[in-house]
Amino acid sequence: MNTELLPVLTANWGDERAWTLGAYRARGGYEALEKARGMEPEDVVEAVKASGLRGRGGAGFPTGMKWGFLPPLDEGPAAGKPRYLVVNADESEPGTCKDIPLMMASPHTLIEGVAISAHAIRAQHAFIYLRGEVLHVYRRLLAAAREAREAGLLGDLEVIVHAGAGAYICGEETALLDSLEGRRGQPRLRPPFPAVAGLYASPTVINNAESIATVPAIIKNGADWFAGLGTEKSNGVGIFSLSGHVTRPGQYEAPLGITLRELLDLAGGVRAGHELKFWTPGGSSTPLFTAEHLDVPLDFESVSAAGSMLGTRALQIFDETVCVVRAVLRWTEFYKHESCGKCTPCREGTYWLAQVLARLEKGQGSEADLDLLLDQCDNILGRSFCALGDGATSPITSSIKYFRQEYVDHLARGGCPFDLAASTAWASSGFGARKLAPQPPQAPPVEVRALASLETKATEEDR
Amino acid sequence: MTISQQGRLDDKTYAELREIAGRYPESRSGLLPMLHLVQSVEGSVTPAGIEACADVLGLTAAEVSAVATFYTMYKRHRVGDFHVGVCTNTLCAVMGGDAIYQRLTEHLEVGPDEVAPKRQGDQYTVSVEHIECNAACDYAPVAMVNWEFLDNQTPDGLVRTVEALRAGHPVASTRGPKIRTWRQAERVLAGFEDGLEHEGPAAGPASLAGLALCGAGSDGERSEADGFEARSARTSTTGPERSEADGFEARSARTSTTGPEVEVRGAPATSLEAPESGRAPGSPEADPGQSGPTHEEREIDDEMRDEDA
Repeated sequence: MNTELLPVLTANWGDERAWTLGAYRARGGYEALEKARGMEPEDVVEAVKASGLRGRGGAGFPTGMKWGFLPPLDEGPAAGKPRYLVVNADESEPGTCKDIPLMMASPHTLIEGVAISAHAIRAQHAFIYLRGEVLHVYRRLLAAAREAREAGLLGDLEVIVHAGAGAYICGEETALLDSLEGRRGQPRLRPPFPAVAGLYASPTVINNAESIATVPAIIKNGADWFAGLGTEKSNGVGIFSLSGHVTRPGQYEAPLGITLRELLDLAGGVRAGHELKFWTPGGSSTPLFTAEHLDVPLDFESVSAAGSMLGTRALQIFDETVCVVRAVLRWTEFYKHESCGKCTPCREGTYWLAQVLARLEKGQGSEADLDLLLDQCDNILGRSFCALGDGATSPITSSIKYFRQEYVDHLARGGCPFDLAASTAWASSGFGARKLAPQPPQAPPVEVRALASLETKATEEDR
Repeated sequence: MTISQQGRLDDKTYAELREIAGRYPESRSGLLPMLHLVQSVEGSVTPAGIEACADVLGLTAAEVSAVATFYTMYKRHRVGDFHVGVCTNTLCAVMGGDAIYQRLTEHLEVGPDEVAPKRQGDQYTVSVEHIECNAACDYAPVAMVNWEFLDNQTPDGLVRTVEALRAGHPVASTRGPKIRTWRQAERVLAGFEDGLEHEGPAAGPASLAGLALCGAGSDGERSEADGFEARSARTSTTGPERSEADGFEARSARTSTTGPEVEVRGAPATSLEAPESGRAPGSPEADPGQSGPTHEEREIDDEMRDEDA
């Protein structure tokens, strides 16, 4: 029996037909809802506040406090307006893969959380905004909402499961609201915050899917139980997602404060014959860590003190076969592609970051370009409209901080010194990391296609 | 199905568009699912589809177009019956996504969002795009077909899967149902259920990696032969998910392809392609359920052909 892990949200994922109402109720599902309905809504809010639950979508803002920002129902500018609950299930941050398996395996955990949270904030309408690119998860959520409604579990609450259409920016909460209103997903100026003027300019609570899915366990087991887990200021459990060059990638639910060293031990370590080079603690928008950060407790404060962010606990593990310049360039191209275009620092800045990085990756340009990159980052960070621009700078500044020499090596060599085949999932463990790729079975075409140029280059160098 | 690109959408579609708009406190919220419905009917976001959404919501066509062009899932040109997305965001890319994308586009001789020509004997068309992170990083490298997961892909494996799809053989998602056509998928995304929620497992093996260490029904080790497909096809898996031997390399050469023509062959282990000598645990034929199309699969298959006709 493992003592470091503590499955709460993940506990029923292995159950037979775990996604069905029957299987969920067989485990005591919806008992927390019954308990919550016997409580005054304000007491449910208090319980969530007392539990210390902080937003699981990356920012870590206290969930109960967010609920407490709603203006009074019967006086002031919001008097008479409906309140809305919106679940942010747009999980798209590179490396983040916790909400999707949660909603696929146990959609009722989220539906129950929605019902309790809607009761707490006195909302009659709840929306689950799911990214559109996960069809089977959408099926399961639609079916779970229908099952719960037909079983009379939702009462007067209307739960609408809504599919997005492919835009990372819609994970930003105000962009999500615009998207949910049938518009382009672009962030809004704050204030007013969604709690005051959110969906349809009405008071709105918007929380990450894992946050809302955690509410039933808090109500069922008590705020003290949750507050007693984790660290002093980062309470409770969270799902840690290990991916990349790790022996057993996957979802590991544990109290906050566990370290990557402990998680890697559980996951069988970095893949055989290789060593950790760099990793993200919370997705690509959180500054990179290296092997020197293996013992940083993965809680909000400790990760922040070590120079990064806990984010979504998306632990992407990269071993020594991975070129950090290639990795960072690819993330930067992602931010460039996903920038919504609303503000100049992000729209123009991500474009130029990608340009400069692409040149460096090819071994062109000069060392002065590194300072140019840092200067560009300085003009984006804190100056863009939302966190997308900030996030775009994280991999760049952190990779230059820890791996400046690797950028210089690209310049000295006139290209990438890495063997692209060595990092693949099918590269054998004893494979020479720095050797060039052997001849592939098929010759690459003469024309170089967009985004396929990296492999082509490696094989051309080999000739 | 419906009428041409110049014409007005049929009454049934209009009624369904109104039904979607009616789900929301303010009708415009229905626009995204309405555009998904337009795609299921028209095969892409057509001028007629934009007009229909504008009609129903009291917007101008320009306002609807402005939304439709913002989101990458909306296509202004037809994609294939099976639209393949290969993740080339950083983690999948370094785990092999770049090689997979390159191999597949070379094999099909297409660029992003292009439809490969339908050859004689092909039942269906396919198209390819590179996609961003699809929230399945613990199954990298990942591909999606019509937004269903194909986990732990290889270059050869995905080419075989795509060929099986073109030939009309049923192909199961690694965590989902037998994959249906793009138009059928778009109809679900418009909020119309297709009754397939009970297909596929609750969770794939990686999703259960932590749980497996917590003694949830741990009753001994699994053999090497008891591999990925076999495990993911079940819903009751509770034991330790991997034996020591079933580690990193073993995750590589998997294919989700089903059907009689699927065969896994060897290749040099040091190439960009997957090592296929040590065939991965859980090959298609290891699972009796995947040794050929079942009755149910044939039904889906026929259904898809009907739609195509």
